[in-house]
Amino acid sequence: MIDVIGTLKRGGRGLIAHIDFPLLVITLTIMAVGLATVNSATYDSTHRMLAQAGNMGVALVVMWFVARLPPHKLMGFAIPLYIVGLLLLVAVFLFGIKVNGAKRWLSLGFTRIQPSEIMKIAMPLMLAWYFHKYEATLRARHFIVAALLLVIPFGLIAKQPDLGTALLVGGAGFFVIFFAGLPWKVLVGLIAAGGAAAPVLWGMLHDYQRKRILTLIDPTTDPLGAGYHIIQSTIAIGSGGPLGKGYLNGTQTHLEFIPEKHTDFIFAVYSEEWGLLGNVVLVFLYTLLIGRGMMIAATAQTMFTRLLAGAITLGFFTYAFINMGMVSGILPVVGVPLPFMSYGGTALVTLFLGIGILMSISTHGGRVNK
Amino acid sequence: MSDFHNDEIERDRFRFRLGIAALVVLTAFGILIGRFTWLQFLQHDFYRTRADDNRIALIPIVPNRGVITDRNGVVLARNYSAFTLEITPAQTDNLEATIDALAEVIDIQAKDRKRFKRLLDEAKNFESVPIRTRLTDEEVARFTAQRYRFPGVEVKARLFRQYPLAKVASHVTGYINRITDRDLAWIEEEGQQANYKGTDHIGKTGLEQHYEFELHGETGYEEVEIDAGGRAVRSLKRIPPVSGNNLQLTLDTKLQEITEQAFGDRKGALVAIDPATGGILALVSTPTFDPNLFVDGITPENWKELNEHPDKPMINRTINGAYPPGSTFKPFMALAALELGKRTPNQAISDPGYFNFGNHQFRDDKKGGHGSVDMYKSIVHSCDTYYYMLANDMGIDNIAKFMGGLGLGRRTNIDLGKKDKDGESESESKGVLPSPEWKKQRFKKPEQQKWYAGETISIGIGQGYNAYTPIQLAQATAAVANNGVIFRPHLVNQIIDARTGEKRPVEPRPIRDLKLKQQNVDVIRRAMVGVNKEGTGTRAFAGAPYEAAGKTGTAQVYSLKGAEYKAHSVKKELRDHALFIAYAPADKPTIALAVLVENGGFGAQSAAPIARMVLDYYLLGKLPAGAAKEDAAAVEDDSEE
Repeated sequence: MIDVIGTLKRGGRGLIAHIDFPLLVITLTIMAVGLATVNSATYDSTHRMLAQAGNMGVALVVMWFVARLPPHKLMGFAIPLYIVGLLLLVAVFLFGIKVNGAKRWLSLGFTRIQPSEIMKIAMPLMLAWYFHKYEATLRARHFIVAALLLVIPFGLIAKQPDLGTALLVGGAGFFVIFFAGLPWKVLVGLIAAGGAAAPVLWGMLHDYQRKRILTLIDPTTDPLGAGYHIIQSTIAIGSGGPLGKGYLNGTQTHLEFIPEKHTDFIFAVYSEEWGLLGNVVLVFLYTLLIGRGMMIAATAQTMFTRLLAGAITLGFFTYAFINMGMVSGILPVVGVPLPFMSYGGTALVTLFLGIGILMSISTHGGRVNK
Repeated sequence: MSDFHNDEIERDRFRFRLGIAALVVLTAFGILIGRFTWLQFLQHDFYRTRADDNRIALIPIVPNRGVITDRNGVVLARNYSAFTLEITPAQTDNLEATIDALAEVIDIQAKDRKRFKRLLDEAKNFESVPIRTRLTDEEVARFTAQRYRFPGVEVKARLFRQYPLAKVASHVTGYINRITDRDLAWIEEEGQQANYKGTDHIGKTGLEQHYEFELHGETGYEEVEIDAGGRAVRSLKRIPPVSGNNLQLTLDTKLQEITEQAFGDRKGALVAIDPATGGILALVSTPTFDPNLFVDGITPENWKELNEHPDKPMINRTINGAYPPGSTFKPFMALAALELGKRTPNQAISDPGYFNFGNHQFRDDKKGGHGSVDMYKSIVHSCDTYYYMLANDMGIDNIAKFMGGLGLGRRTNIDLGKKDKDGESESESKGVLPSPEWKKQRFKKPEQQKWYAGETISIGIGQGYNAYTPIQLAQATAAVANNGVIFRPHLVNQIIDARTGEKRPVEPRPIRDLKLKQQNVDVIRRAMVGVNKEGTGTRAFAGAPYEAAGKTGTAQVYSLKGAEYKAHSVKKELRDHALFIAYAPADKPTIALAVLVENGGFGAQSAAPIARMVLDYYLLGKLPAGAAKEDAAAVEDDSEE
């Protein structure tokens, strides 16, 4: 499948042949910021930072491999990956192990895996392939099938419950459908229906999810419970001020007031130490990342590649927006890490799979067979 | 071709949608930047404060409480440092297990545990709470050797209040005890909440209470950075406490001590005042109590014992006991008569041994009467008839007005106990200055509210509704000694800043000048000197090398209803109270006093000897040979008062 020996023979030039440098530079910059912030968040020991650096190395290798795969090969993964992912989700539903009241993991004896993570890539891949396949004869029923392909894994993940991942997976799928040409009136109708169904959805939410939403509206109602995260992280951000408290000087961070400070709430750590200026820089970096992704999508030659590139790019946006929104207290707390910043190997590898796919699309010109 | 065309349309549509998505992205990121600007720019101050509140804990450092010394530097209240065993709950995993393990090393009683629990409820997580106080050196050593076993447990040096003279002058010093809700309200009224953050004791009575905010000092702080678990991470800043001010009293402890001894196990009170300043020289109320019992939290048994004892040791009789003045009232009546022109010194009455008013006969102590009695004789021999008549001639309004001017029936506002909003002493009793107005306020039923002229008669000899505190009597005596200028009685001579040594004297505060005529005061003085030379105080003052003005008194506790009063046939608690007022040297007084011995019988018998002893010590430096005994001979010698 991969001509490893040939690749090596072609030497350095060949090694970097499928690297999109603007994308790499932007990503590495965000990652460097992330690594420094992980270091600050876990300053007592360098263990986490080194582990994260290792994760980054692995993720870069994954990216490099994926980038070298031409898009039509990527397309070959769409169905098997989706089916494996779906089966694993069903397995989680049936045999998953419960941690903290949520059934998200499958035990493999020596380790445990979180199948919903696979869906983050498998979902856009599958839908992009589907729309690509029926590009010429696109009808309403194709959108209905696509919606089913989307809703089944979404439902399984939301049921675990893992609202954060469900949103990311659902988002990625939705972006594909949107870019594939979902009629505007359907979109508007969906939004209207969603608004009308809100009370019904409210009834379907788990208690802890409702609590999170209520706490968001007024965190002080539960300052030591669910509101604690939001209160402490907004204090961290607000106290950072325009220019921040300086690297390693975040008191909220170093005195353990911020929960999950090296994972989901790492933005609070960064924001406290670098202030408004740092936040603007970070948002700008994400904008560049998304901008570059959109450029790749805009110039992509096939339905499959442009849908995939567009969905992956908007996926990065969803990650970043939801995370920064929840940490700064304008969105409910859902388990969404900050892309390229939060500590965690699996998420990082998934993200770089996405980057790798974007690079593959940007560096492999030409058409792909249907 | 159509394929190419389709592709073009498709790509344009895609790019259009991509553009829409880009707009959404920019809008969303714009919202985020807006949110960040709100938090970090517009609300920055608010959140900075919140963050500081979060991370900085102020651990109060309790100041050294001021020391109380007498006029000669004898210490009445001080602090000593003792080792306590303290537990910081935040640093201890299992409190119960820790205490159980500690109990194997150091003696920990059930009451220690009880107190610890109580303190724990009040304390903050990062504060250490004492489980045992006053560790012995051996206990400290034993714990130190096993310290490693007890994380979060440490030996600390804390300051404790100590009253080295124990029972002596305890009604003067008062005591401190744990702060209660009522005290908290007081602290709040005074705006001292912040200063009392780490303080757990407060003055409850006496000087300790009156001068609470002088003695307390300024609480220092240690700013420590704490983490979310409440653990102190590091010290940021230390503001040392400022010790409370020291009090130097006008009191003479030796005088106080020998006077208390002189009372023996008798109940009573003595107040000795420097008439020229109002400075208190001795303020005795017996029985006394040991204020040290309160410092560490009084045990319920001790509290019960003190509170329920029939002799009521917790009552400060000098300011809270109101007694009829008996015949000690007569010099004041005589002075009033002279000032109001109701009598001249030489104007004599004829005393048949009784005074008839309406159909009631007011009897004199001496059967058959004293014969012709002028003012001098009326005081020296304590003639009742003279004063029955005088009271009748003066009328209750005149009496009330003059006696009120002397301070009788009014709070002296001595510096003991708590002051109320108007600066009046809350803990002092007013006593009763009888008047028609008083009666109107005192009684509810209209028939009881009326003042009867007959009631005025017995007022003249210090009986009836008359009831004054010993300190009022002493103040009135001092007023006479000081030619009518009345000073507020006070115990503190100066307040000394513990740090700078700066002294703030308590200025003698004249309350009133009665503008008495000198010749009138002289008449009274001569008569009161006569009491001790040829009258009821002769026995007690035999051989005194100085001239002392005095007056004996006996206050009825028990209404005899016509029966003969026989001291030995009446139960002790129903026996009369003995009183004596005096000042000396008569021509240039440096001390004025009032003595009261509850159920002491005749004033000459039990009260006058105590006065003699006080004057002997104060004027001559002479210590009593033994405890002043009841002068039994005086009873036979002169039973008229």
